[in-house]
Amino acid sequence: MNTIRRREELGRNVIRYIVDAPLVATHRKPGQFVIIRVTDHGERIPLTIADANPEMGTISLIVQSVGKTTCEMAMLRPGNAIHDIVGPLGRPTHIQRFGAVLCVGGGIGTAPLYPIAKGMKEAHNRVITVLGARTHGLLILEDDMRNVSDELIVTTDDGSYGTKGLVTDAIRSLVNGGAHIDQAVVIGPPLMMKFTSLLTKELGVPTMASLNPIMIDGTGMCGGCRVTVGGEMKFTCVDGPEFDAHEVDWDSMIRRLGTYRTAEQGAAERYDHECRIGLDAGEAR
Amino acid sequence: MNAAARLKLPPVVMPEQDPAERVHNVREVPFGFTPAMALQEAQRCLHCANQPCVEGCPVGVRIPDFIQAIESGDYLAGIGIIKQTNLLPAVCGRVCPQEDQCQESCMVGKAHRDVGQAVQIGQLERFLADWERENHAAVIPQIPPPSGKRVAVIGSGPAGLTVAGDLIKLGHAVTVFEALHMPGGVLGYGIPEFRLPKEVVYAEVAYLTRLGVDFQYNTIIGKSLTVDEVRRDYDAVFIGSGAGLPNFLGVPGESLLGVYSANEYLTRANLMHAYDENSDTPILRGQSVAVLGGGNVAMDSARTALRLGALRAMVIYRRSEEEMPARKEEYRHAVQEGVEFHFLQNPVEILGNREGWVTGLTVQKMQLGEPDASGRRRPLPIAGQTSNVPADVVVVAIGNNPNPLIPAALPSLQMNRHGGIITDEDTMETSVPGVFAGGDIVLGAATVILAMGQGRKAAHAIHALLTSTTETAKD
Repeated sequence: MNTIRRREELGRNVIRYIVDAPLVATHRKPGQFVIIRVTDHGERIPLTIADANPEMGTISLIVQSVGKTTCEMAMLRPGNAIHDIVGPLGRPTHIQRFGAVLCVGGGIGTAPLYPIAKGMKEAHNRVITVLGARTHGLLILEDDMRNVSDELIVTTDDGSYGTKGLVTDAIRSLVNGGAHIDQAVVIGPPLMMKFTSLLTKELGVPTMASLNPIMIDGTGMCGGCRVTVGGEMKFTCVDGPEFDAHEVDWDSMIRRLGTYRTAEQGAAERYDHECRIGLDAGEAR
Repeated sequence: MNAAARLKLPPVVMPEQDPAERVHNVREVPFGFTPAMALQEAQRCLHCANQPCVEGCPVGVRIPDFIQAIESGDYLAGIGIIKQTNLLPAVCGRVCPQEDQCQESCMVGKAHRDVGQAVQIGQLERFLADWERENHAAVIPQIPPPSGKRVAVIGSGPAGLTVAGDLIKLGHAVTVFEALHMPGGVLGYGIPEFRLPKEVVYAEVAYLTRLGVDFQYNTIIGKSLTVDEVRRDYDAVFIGSGAGLPNFLGVPGESLLGVYSANEYLTRANLMHAYDENSDTPILRGQSVAVLGGGNVAMDSARTALRLGALRAMVIYRRSEEEMPARKEEYRHAVQEGVEFHFLQNPVEILGNREGWVTGLTVQKMQLGEPDASGRRRPLPIAGQTSNVPADVVVVAIGNNPNPLIPAALPSLQMNRHGGIITDEDTMETSVPGVFAGGDIVLGAATVILAMGQGRKAAHAIHALLTSTTETAKD
């Protein structure tokens, strides 16, 4: 059992938990994730580790309520517990001194992006961050990201905050304005990652994307998280979660995320809770 | 009773759930022998002087002795005899391929020239184990004073449980690290409830807990703890992390929606209870399910599909019935339940629609050629003979490779070209001193009993290592 120490609403239906997970806290590196079960009859879902405090033995998980499991989690308060947390899983992000690193976060994807941006900054990179959200209320971790970035641009689809438009528009104007970028990291909804990746490919900027496919065990055993990268089958849990964004077969990956859409809708309707706002698979990172 | 009279006794027919009924539930198929049935079956044993059945058992269970105990009605003595060499009889009685092991060597079967007439050793083993569990008769052995030595066991499958059981009884402290939230490894996530009730597995684990074994769930060695940390904190390490890395065919279409590895399909159904409509874990309930492969896992997948409501479950296998590696009982049960078998058909492509959902597969008709390295006749394509099979769920059940997590975390481990850990044949020690390994991480995908056999060898060697160090320390 993993006791929740703090609970904080970061945006609409977006909650940050500080939760006990001592082994994860002391062993995790940026880019890694955990698999949780909220209750003893719950499903296993992957969540990226947003931050950790090894001294306190706690990790930080940021969750957007999109389905039954994440809604159930949203009900938890400090003192309650998450039944199981296992990790850290996946390979850590490759952090080195690249020069100028562009960090692109979409929606809840900013949560796993934060430790990576922080790591890139600590490795003496110039960090340029572009954050995108559908609307101001869904923008998270702006201040945290600003603290680890040399430059930060915010876009919203509806223009309610920052620049109206998509992250790809912001990246294009950065580059048109003469910005030099050595490496990009993109984490967000799959469609946003796909289009960001198409753009950076056009711009000739090497790009890493962190994938969040459907997963059960997280140890390579089930193969449910398989993705096609450079024409080869890879298991996200043991070979990823980060891959060369320009080599990922995005259309196949996006399709596979929809495998249980009908079933998930059914489960959420049965659960029938107000926190349900939609089923953007891949945003429940 | 003399041998001639014993030979005349027909095999006791195991009562089973009716096929038409059982495809609608996940309860176990064979009900198990009653005491009267067990007695009658026990009377068929000839008590051969040279005991060929014991030779046929990978862990050398004293089979005629425990059968004699059943005949005398002394079940406690019978289960005691089995447990001297086999820690998990309730499991092995159900899942061992007896027709290739003890029952294959049985003289009763040989006398009738039919292995199907052999004494049903597995069912008798199950009978005693179930009697012990149902009557809470498990004896807690006298455990010697603590040796002060600590052993880490990685993985709670059959190999790991055997090592843990053997070493705790010798006075060593044992911690078992399990990656999943439940114990048993493949016994829990892989083998379906209708073939191995999880209650049976969990009872074995509960017994080990009573003996003092410490189980740490949700803990992945190489991730949650480094291998170096474990080696520092424990005097010996046993790796039993299993063959959890599913193979795919490498044909087009394996990323389509509705294509599963058997591991994923069975894990959703078993470990995560997706067969229960109220489970939070979803599973695609196909109408027409095609399972690719011919082993026990393929049988388990096809029979699971029926229990999930499939109207049609097909096993598509590239060789013929004769080469199929599944246990005879699993094959028989699958046929009874209405699973269709498509022999000499090799899948060459999985087909899908524009939305990416699987719609079927293209299979190539095969014929058998000369025997290959496995001794089985090699399947060869018959030019121009392909056909399409409609399916809305496809389950790939063509085996597993050793799980890569531990080898990746301990690069000094010597590996074979199949990704398995190389060990000393007698001690199961790896190329890293004090680190032992056994089960599918060494064998590739094999059987429960072979994994247990390796676990037993490793436990023996670990005990020798731990006690010899003690003596050196005293000097």
